[in-house]
Amino acid sequence: MRCKLITGILVIKNMALISFTNRGIYCKQGDFYIDPWLPVDYAVTTHGHADHVRWGNKYYLCHHFTKAIIKCRISADLIVESLEYGETVVRNGVEISFHPAGHVIGSAQVRLAYKGEICVISGDYKVEYDGVSTAFEPIKCHTFVSESTFGLPTYNWLAQNIIFDDIKKWAIQNKENHKTTVLIAYSLGKAQRLLQNLAGDLPIYVHNSIGRLNEAIEHAGVPLAAYQTITPELSKDELQGGILIVPPVMRDSKWIKSLQSAAVGVCSGWMQVRSHRRWQSADAGFALSDHADWRGLITAIKATEAEQIYVTHGFTSVFARYLSEQGIAAQAVATQFGQEDDDVAAEKEVII
Amino acid sequence: MKKFSRLISKLEQSNKTNDKLSALVDYFSEADDADKIWVIALFTGKKPKRTINTKLLKEWIIKITGLPTWLFVESYHNVGDLSETIALLLPPSTSESDIPLHQWILELKGLVRSSDQEKKEFVLNAWQKLNTQERFVFNKLISGNFRIGISTKNLIHALAKLTGLDINHITHSIMGKWDPEQITFTDLINGSHVNTDSSWPYPFCLAHPIDVPVHELGPPLDWQAEWKWDGIRGQIIKRNDELFIWSRGEELVTDQFPELHIALLGLPNGTVIDGEILAVRDGEVLSFSTLQQRLNRKIIYKKQLEEAPIAFYAYDVLEFGGIDYRNEPLHTRRAILEQLLPIENIILTAPIVLFDSWEELVEERKQSRELNSEGIMLKHKDSLYHNGRKRGDWWKWKIEPFTIDVVMIYAQKGSGRRANFFTDYTFAVRDGDQFITIAKAYSGLTDKEIKEVNSFVVKNAIEKFGPVRTVKPELVFEIAFEGIAVSKRHKAGLALRFPRIVRWRRDKKVADINTLEDLQMLLQSTLRASER
Ligand SMILES: [Zn+2]
Ligand SMILES: [Zn+2]
Repeated sequence: MRCKLITGILVIKNMALISFTNRGIYCKQGDFYIDPWLPVDYAVTTHGHADHVRWGNKYYLCHHFTKAIIKCRISADLIVESLEYGETVVRNGVEISFHPAGHVIGSAQVRLAYKGEICVISGDYKVEYDGVSTAFEPIKCHTFVSESTFGLPTYNWLAQNIIFDDIKKWAIQNKENHKTTVLIAYSLGKAQRLLQNLAGDLPIYVHNSIGRLNEAIEHAGVPLAAYQTITPELSKDELQGGILIVPPVMRDSKWIKSLQSAAVGVCSGWMQVRSHRRWQSADAGFALSDHADWRGLITAIKATEAEQIYVTHGFTSVFARYLSEQGIAAQAVATQFGQEDDDVAAEKEVII
Repeated sequence: MKKFSRLISKLEQSNKTNDKLSALVDYFSEADDADKIWVIALFTGKKPKRTINTKLLKEWIIKITGLPTWLFVESYHNVGDLSETIALLLPPSTSESDIPLHQWILELKGLVRSSDQEKKEFVLNAWQKLNTQERFVFNKLISGNFRIGISTKNLIHALAKLTGLDINHITHSIMGKWDPEQITFTDLINGSHVNTDSSWPYPFCLAHPIDVPVHELGPPLDWQAEWKWDGIRGQIIKRNDELFIWSRGEELVTDQFPELHIALLGLPNGTVIDGEILAVRDGEVLSFSTLQQRLNRKIIYKKQLEEAPIAFYAYDVLEFGGIDYRNEPLHTRRAILEQLLPIENIILTAPIVLFDSWEELVEERKQSRELNSEGIMLKHKDSLYHNGRKRGDWWKWKIEPFTIDVVMIYAQKGSGRRANFFTDYTFAVRDGDQFITIAKAYSGLTDKEIKEVNSFVVKNAIEKFGPVRTVKPELVFEIAFEGIAVSKRHKAGLALRFPRIVRWRRDKKVADINTLEDLQMLLQSTLRASER
């Protein structure tokens, strides 16, 4: 139910398209969930990160690329229907379509339309084109569900080409100093983005888990730049001259210690802040994120022209309060999103 | 300032001492001499006088960004550093500049008599032509607080590597009195200022905590044992009829301790002695909490002079007859010290603990607490007076601290590298059916435990006051502390010294924690010890 206060009169509309339940975001009219965290019959899936898609649902609906990704990451046995961006299916009278979210390969905003009422659930998104995920498209709607991972004004990213230049310079310097460049990045998203944008100068080697996912992605029709999957046969000397991309679980592994003086770089939006950089105690931190920065969030939200914003995972209460003060009706919602991989970087602002 | 800004990012980026050293060496080998002087000044805590206060900076950043004040505050809590918060909040710069570091510092200094409006124009104009990292550095120049994980020792090592000069020599030069506006880099490094300035102290020689059983140290006869005193480590210097008292914090504290001024009459010129400033009455060392009322005071009242009379227990002599004795063995230095002292009942040689066997010393050590001592110091009789900490010659053998079990009742986000986690905890003991706050502590847990406690706090927060959360009293910790004192400022009526977390007691329940009564009894017993 959506409540709106107009000059003191409480108007109750009975046609809210979504509600927030303990299983996840629910569309009653269509009888399906979007990114549920407990098992349901029908799960509409925004993208392939672990906090947005879980094992155990009967049916999944997502973008073609995400289908390939979740079959590779979760299980080949999942029953998945998939769509192209912009294509529509109707379920119990509710139109469902996917629109590029620019977050990772296959990531989509879910647009729901029912009797003229439009609701968009963003999942995770970023506004800047990253060179590998289909570019974000703003969608006009009545209700918009936005993430707020970096919903603080201290988080504004530099253009990605500047960051990639920094990474390249750092990697070349490491090579000269006989150090092995290791970049820590999520297997889905950051890994492909790094590969695509760093390719050309130094050879790129990826961890096995990234290699497998890359194969699935390429198989689904997304061409990726050249890389080599790391195997025990590759000599440490060979690796020393390249760039290694490995997932966060490898961070403190013996394997990294076995490399020729590894220089570890962490690529994450949290690296914007010195204290987080030191907390990571890496050799370098690059503020490269697959989430919208502060300005990105605000531009995206304004572009939806939505009457009601629901703010999920991130700086929810802070961001919702700011929007409300700017005259945009916004409300913070507690969800179980926010832990992209096995890595816990963000603290959830949920007080019970 | 670009070079300096890059230096700061390099120093912050790496946690390896070698990387830091090479970054410093690189910087010093290519930077402008006038800048180098200021870098040394900033890194050794010689801050230029602040001309722009925090309040103004906050006012301007809120105005420029148009952010509501509460959002600025939230941002600040997330970042944990004001200079950095401002740098991150500012809109992208419109131009570039590379004004040298020393020029920025002098211009900032020149604002001392400017109006707020003039200061504002200057700062806003500066922000506009600096990138994010340079803005951060610039804001740090305004505040003067350059604590960025570079110790004086690292700095000196880098300068020694660069110049090929002796480490001791450079340490002297840098620890002496000098003014960054008056001295050149070459003069500073060569130490031409220290010969004309009588005040310079020597770097203190420090002891390692003992990590081998004492009987493995060899024959007891080779060792000198002293009580480890819990006061203010200091050096008394008399040169050219002038007296200087330095504390280990590299601070001149001459005026704080008028009792010690008798050294001016009692010591010959060209003498430097190392020892402990203590509160002592009738030959008994009083507790540190008694000494504390004499610290950092501009005016000393008669009452304080009576309640906490000062004495100096000398451990060592570093200079005698104007000659550096640090490379003579300890037994020689001790013999000189015993010739020089005592001066009245105030400047005394630190008593030696006599023992023939290690077993005997173990017994002696047991009375440390009664003497208000922290344990035993062991110094090899042939040891030289080293620069800083060198393993093997000097050992500190501290008595075990007190420990109690407490429950966490508040948690607060940390600062610095832990700004995004709840890492600062407030602990309570039981007082009837209530909990009463007893200590705050933030060190002692592993990163993994911190993350676990953090998620407990997130899930079990009852109330939220800015960065502070009231949490369900459930997690029990064992904390250690060095002493206990009466305190009117604390609700419990007492305060713990150096409280720190020993371990998280997952095996204990809230019902098992200590009570206020337990602590009151402990307090009474320590007071009796120092009255004895
Ligand atoms: Zn995601
Ligand atoms: Zn997410």
